[in-house]
Amino acid sequence: MRHFKETLYKWIFTILAFASLLFLVGIILTLFRESYPLLVRHDFFDIVFGRFWYPTYDPPEFGMFPLIAASFVVTFGAMAVCVPIGVGTALFLHELASAPQRAVMKPVIEILAGIPSIVYGFFGMIIVAPFIQNLLGIPTGLNAFTASLVLGIMATPTVASLAEDAVSFVPSSFREASLALGANQWQTLTRVVVPAAGSGISTAIILGIGRAVGETMTVLMVAGGAAAIPGSVFDPVRPMTATIAAEMGEAVMGSAHFHALFAIGLILFLITLVVNIFAEIISRRFRLKLGLGR
Amino acid sequence: MQVPNTARLMNISRRFLCLIVLLPALSCSDPEANNIITIKGSTTVLPVAQIGAEVFMDRHPGADISVQGGGSGVGIASLIDGTTQIATSSRKIKKEETAKAKAAGVHPFETIVAMDGIAVAVNPSNSMDRLTTPQIRDIYTGKVSNWKEIGGDDREIVVISRDTSSGTFEAFEKLALDGQKVRPDALVTASNQVVNMTVAQTPGAIGYLGYGYLSDRVRAASVDGVRCSEETIRSGRYPLARPLYIYTNGRPTGEVERFIDFLLSEEGQRLVKEQGFISARERSL
Repeated sequence: MRHFKETLYKWIFTILAFASLLFLVGIILTLFRESYPLLVRHDFFDIVFGRFWYPTYDPPEFGMFPLIAASFVVTFGAMAVCVPIGVGTALFLHELASAPQRAVMKPVIEILAGIPSIVYGFFGMIIVAPFIQNLLGIPTGLNAFTASLVLGIMATPTVASLAEDAVSFVPSSFREASLALGANQWQTLTRVVVPAAGSGISTAIILGIGRAVGETMTVLMVAGGAAAIPGSVFDPVRPMTATIAAEMGEAVMGSAHFHALFAIGLILFLITLVVNIFAEIISRRFRLKLGLGR
Repeated sequence: MQVPNTARLMNISRRFLCLIVLLPALSCSDPEANNIITIKGSTTVLPVAQIGAEVFMDRHPGADISVQGGGSGVGIASLIDGTTQIATSSRKIKKEETAKAKAAGVHPFETIVAMDGIAVAVNPSNSMDRLTTPQIRDIYTGKVSNWKEIGGDDREIVVISRDTSSGTFEAFEKLALDGQKVRPDALVTASNQVVNMTVAQTPGAIGYLGYGYLSDRVRAASVDGVRCSEETIRSGRYPLARPLYIYTNGRPTGEVERFIDFLLSEEGQRLVKEQGFISARERSL
């Protein structure tokens, strides 16, 4: 009886564990299957580097370059916001904050991480966009700059808490040794702690990038949605995720447009896959360097 | 009032139970089984379908109507694959959709439930509130990019459009743009309300939206000398007007027919008007 139970539990958990693998395979197969009809009819380079996205006209144009460019611009803009704030927060929390400060700051960051993205979207659309529009005197506040700003604030908690983990993995013996050699706190921080935690912090940043690339609701509401190659950061843009979200609802199922949206999904998936692989490689190296094993 | 409300609550909770308990047993989701009517489709028609369904269910305690948005394309696709009995659409069914329906053994039957006028909205601070169709076309195709080029202030025009697959866009494209392409750097927003808000916030903006979504925070421009109003939309004098459709599989029967008859009745059309649309009925009278 006992043996039977053990076997049963083993199987249940094995099946549960493999379920996520099954989902992943299913999603990949679906993405490939649904984007395949478009990829056979149009040249791949025309799609990825085409400059015009007119999916519902006759003949349709499926140039995704403006959308891909928009995702890159907005993501890098977001990184410019969230990397300094996130990493700075992590270092402050770990090295300088007093216990009460930390007791307040950590939950606050976690709450920030728990705010639904649509709330950030509203915030960006109703408060940040008009503010930036009036402040800079530009025609519209719904542009890549505002989207980067809001997205950067959104990705900050991800970067901050992962970077904080990385810093806390640095063995205290490193720090003690440095202080014992007469280095002051600043020297210890910049020459010992940050280099030791460097690849962990890089992982945090890369995962932050992953978060920003895949974010949909906020960019749909704040980025402006113009499918043109951005000439400046103050131009409205339309990232890949926003395109899928805005158009999937009205695309005729099985049409070329429908398959094109799946193709965008596929490209997006490949980008996040590469980002995650990089994060994994770097984080593995980091753990080995600190002698933490795998 | 108490009794139908309770009945509705019970109906709702019964459906939830169905969903949770019997999800794998598809027999429960068979829409014919307990008079559940599903309506899916255009977000423009959504408020009409919603309020119509609520009032209809109050009148007919046994009826149970579930209303969903998703867009005209989704509605028609759902009608074709049999997951909805009523599809709402802000555009006429496309040829390829009809072909797909035929292949699946579905025969889309069209009913016009309301008229919708597409208002061209500018910021209240903008004095340019009389436009012509060619001017609107030039603005949207990018031939004109500053208000001063058509007699307004020296201010860059912020062109606000809708995603190219929304029903409102398709109607606007046909009625105003003559099939020409919208400039690629136009702002694209996801709903009528967002157009409203963005125009209200942006001094140089121009946008288009369903007449029912016009608010007093924006100014509706006259088009070709015709003011955008209920009368001009119904009479067809306003150039940017379109009908709103309901599609069913074949001529509606049973509970579906009763619901559509209700929408077309005087009371139903009063609800249509309350949602900011124009009655389809008075048009034919």
